[in-house]
Amino acid sequence: MHVEAGRDGNTVEVDAAGLSSRELNLRLRELVTAGATHIKLLNVAGQRYIGSDLDRPVTLEIFGTPGNDLGSFMDGPSIIVHANAQDGCGNTMNGGTIVVHGLAGDITGLSARGGKVFIRDDVGYRAGIHMKQYQERCPVLVIGGTAQDFLGEYMAGGILVVLGLTLGSGHRHRANFVGTGMHGGVIYLRGSVESQQLGKEVGVAELDDQDKALLQGIISEFCGHFCMDPRDMVAGPFIKLYPRYLRPYGPLYAPTHRGAQGQVPRWKVPG
Amino acid sequence: MTSTRQAPATTQAEAHVQAPAYSYPMPSYLKPRFRVEIEDRRCIRCQCCVEQCSFGALFFDQRRNEVGTVEQNCVACHRCVVFCPTQAISVLRHPVEYRENAHWRPEVIEDITRQAETGGVLLTGMGSDKGWTCYWDKLCLNASQVTNPSIDPLREPMELRTYLGSKPDRVELDPKSGGLRTRLAPQVMVETPILFSAMSYGAVSINVHEALARAAAMTGTLFNTGEGGLHPKLYSYGKNTIVQVASGRFGVHPEYLDVASIIEIKIGQGAKPGIGGHLPGEKVSDDVAFTRMIPSGTDALSPAPQHDIYSIEDLSQLIHALKEATNYTKPVSVKIAAVHNSAAIASGIARAGADIIALDGIRGSTGAAPKIIRDNLGIPIEMAIASADERLRKEGIRQRVSLIAAGGFRNSADVIKAIALGADAVYIGTAALIALGCTECQACYTGRCAWGLTTTDEKLTKRQNPDIAAQRLANLLEGWSHEMKEMLGAMGINALESLRGNRLHLRSVGLTQQEADVLGVLQAGA
Repeated sequence: MHVEAGRDGNTVEVDAAGLSSRELNLRLRELVTAGATHIKLLNVAGQRYIGSDLDRPVTLEIFGTPGNDLGSFMDGPSIIVHANAQDGCGNTMNGGTIVVHGLAGDITGLSARGGKVFIRDDVGYRAGIHMKQYQERCPVLVIGGTAQDFLGEYMAGGILVVLGLTLGSGHRHRANFVGTGMHGGVIYLRGSVESQQLGKEVGVAELDDQDKALLQGIISEFCGHFCMDPRDMVAGPFIKLYPRYLRPYGPLYAPTHRGAQGQVPRWKVPG
Repeated sequence: MTSTRQAPATTQAEAHVQAPAYSYPMPSYLKPRFRVEIEDRRCIRCQCCVEQCSFGALFFDQRRNEVGTVEQNCVACHRCVVFCPTQAISVLRHPVEYRENAHWRPEVIEDITRQAETGGVLLTGMGSDKGWTCYWDKLCLNASQVTNPSIDPLREPMELRTYLGSKPDRVELDPKSGGLRTRLAPQVMVETPILFSAMSYGAVSINVHEALARAAAMTGTLFNTGEGGLHPKLYSYGKNTIVQVASGRFGVHPEYLDVASIIEIKIGQGAKPGIGGHLPGEKVSDDVAFTRMIPSGTDALSPAPQHDIYSIEDLSQLIHALKEATNYTKPVSVKIAAVHNSAAIASGIARAGADIIALDGIRGSTGAAPKIIRDNLGIPIEMAIASADERLRKEGIRQRVSLIAAGGFRNSADVIKAIALGADAVYIGTAALIALGCTECQACYTGRCAWGLTTTDEKLTKRQNPDIAAQRLANLLEGWSHEMKEMLGAMGINALESLRGNRLHLRSVGLTQQEADVLGVLQAGA
């Protein structure tokens, strides 16, 4: 039996040692259905998809290293990881919060459409690809350190913040192809990048007051999770990366025949 | 041109709608393809045709009191022909003839001309029109004569019912109760092995989506949402729905996954293997934006690969992520385009944990694809389904997956031959659209479909009445199902299950030995 009795009404500890991903997630599903609101997962070692099918407000505290697709398709729970996360953290996430006290692997926040992901240190390749937003649903991905290539590629919405805290002084972000194909959303990057590191579809701007207010709130929340001082970071220097075009690939295609644009050639219009 | 659309709040105020096109205004050398002839004696000047033409090929000339034509805009959709109350209109091939040339055909000349004038990638719609060998036309079905009686489906029951999902390697029975001890993977039952292929809301209109859903419910089969999400008003048809998860992940959220019967991971599509999709901003109306959960007016870009799938192991991970997200309650399908190694890939997909594999051949259709991709990439579905079935059988894992074939199924004979080759079911897309008025004019990508099929324009959408459209689709499936029962009866078979992968019921005519070997069929007379 891997479950210990809860110390208080709704807090439960689960020893994940030796459990397969499916067994662990089944256990979590049962506990959440039974009304647990705070679950401590001990000895987690690579189990995947934690939090995927728990569409209720529950806090999962993970001790050990969770496997790939942590919180994929998740809608609601809060996950705190006291270690590194692997690939696919927050994949296609819909809502909820993931806080990682360490690194995260590739495709962090891929296609997220809501919720918040806070990574204290660095992330791997392809973070934030194709994040998207719709009305009040707007995902936020905050990377405390730096990221690898293809950061925010095809980004269609949401907010991506890179704080560069793990970069030594004088070092810059090394990611290439940042924001390639970006057609929505925004990236706030602390530190600098060379123009050749950016996709052709990306514009660079200073932060305006609205940006600064938005960023201040996000940074405060990030620092709250990791007990850091926001004053060190808010000062910047930040740049804002934004999509230059909402339809970057429109001109790739031969214009459709004239009728498709609803135009009748002038010489044919009567009168 | 779309300046009224709002940029998302977080983008820079000066973000432009569209990247600049590098073009120099020049006269076009393109000639019209069609001639629209309006017989003056019959025309009553009602202007119905002008109202119906959504491509700007017709206008009413007040001064001359007659309908004028802009023939280079005509796509031969026949909307005007059908709606003219006096049958005054004919759409003919334009009489301008090129000098005969087998190599430099008119289409080739026109394509080069268009690219010289635009510098762009040529888009098209629907399936390849290039006349790839159709092996269905070279396969004959068997019939019972004397030595085994044929069956009359009007007198005896015939079963087309099909269960989609992974079957166990072996079954164990409980000796006491006689019940099944083996735990079965989730199965989805369809009354006829004909499913509606993936067509996204955005590529097709909402009324078409609704008609497909209702027709699927009426005939006990399934429709596929495509990758554009599912409008909440269609959630009630969830039992008859396959929801797609593709590289854009549009409209993918827990409720979408929960409401469906089957979840399909779309890796590729027969009309455009290996490339993503760019739904142009013009088609992203407010309602499409709501369903896909992206801002209106932006391009809905689906990346070429799914960036969390770079290998069979990654695919396995997404399959299980989706199973976890739905508590292992529904089959997960993986759709790929039929390509050179699809048999080996199918084996990998089966081993990755998929319950269903959908293969889409080179004749598969699309709402929009680069023409050069549509006409050249992939292989015919007949070869792909035969080789995948064979490979899975040889490896002893055929039972682990259901195979769905797609890509240009025209009639019930094509369907039944596919099943004899080894498919469990087929997807039909083009045939369904033709049932609703499509004439294969290939202008879907313009979003101006005069039949209200491949458009998101509100006015054009109303041309499809969901009540009538659902009935037309249901009629089509009814007709094909009856014909399939007749063919089965003629073969002396009373359940489709007995025909599945039974290639002895097929004989080839006019194929090379190698082609017949790949299909695994004998020469007629042999």
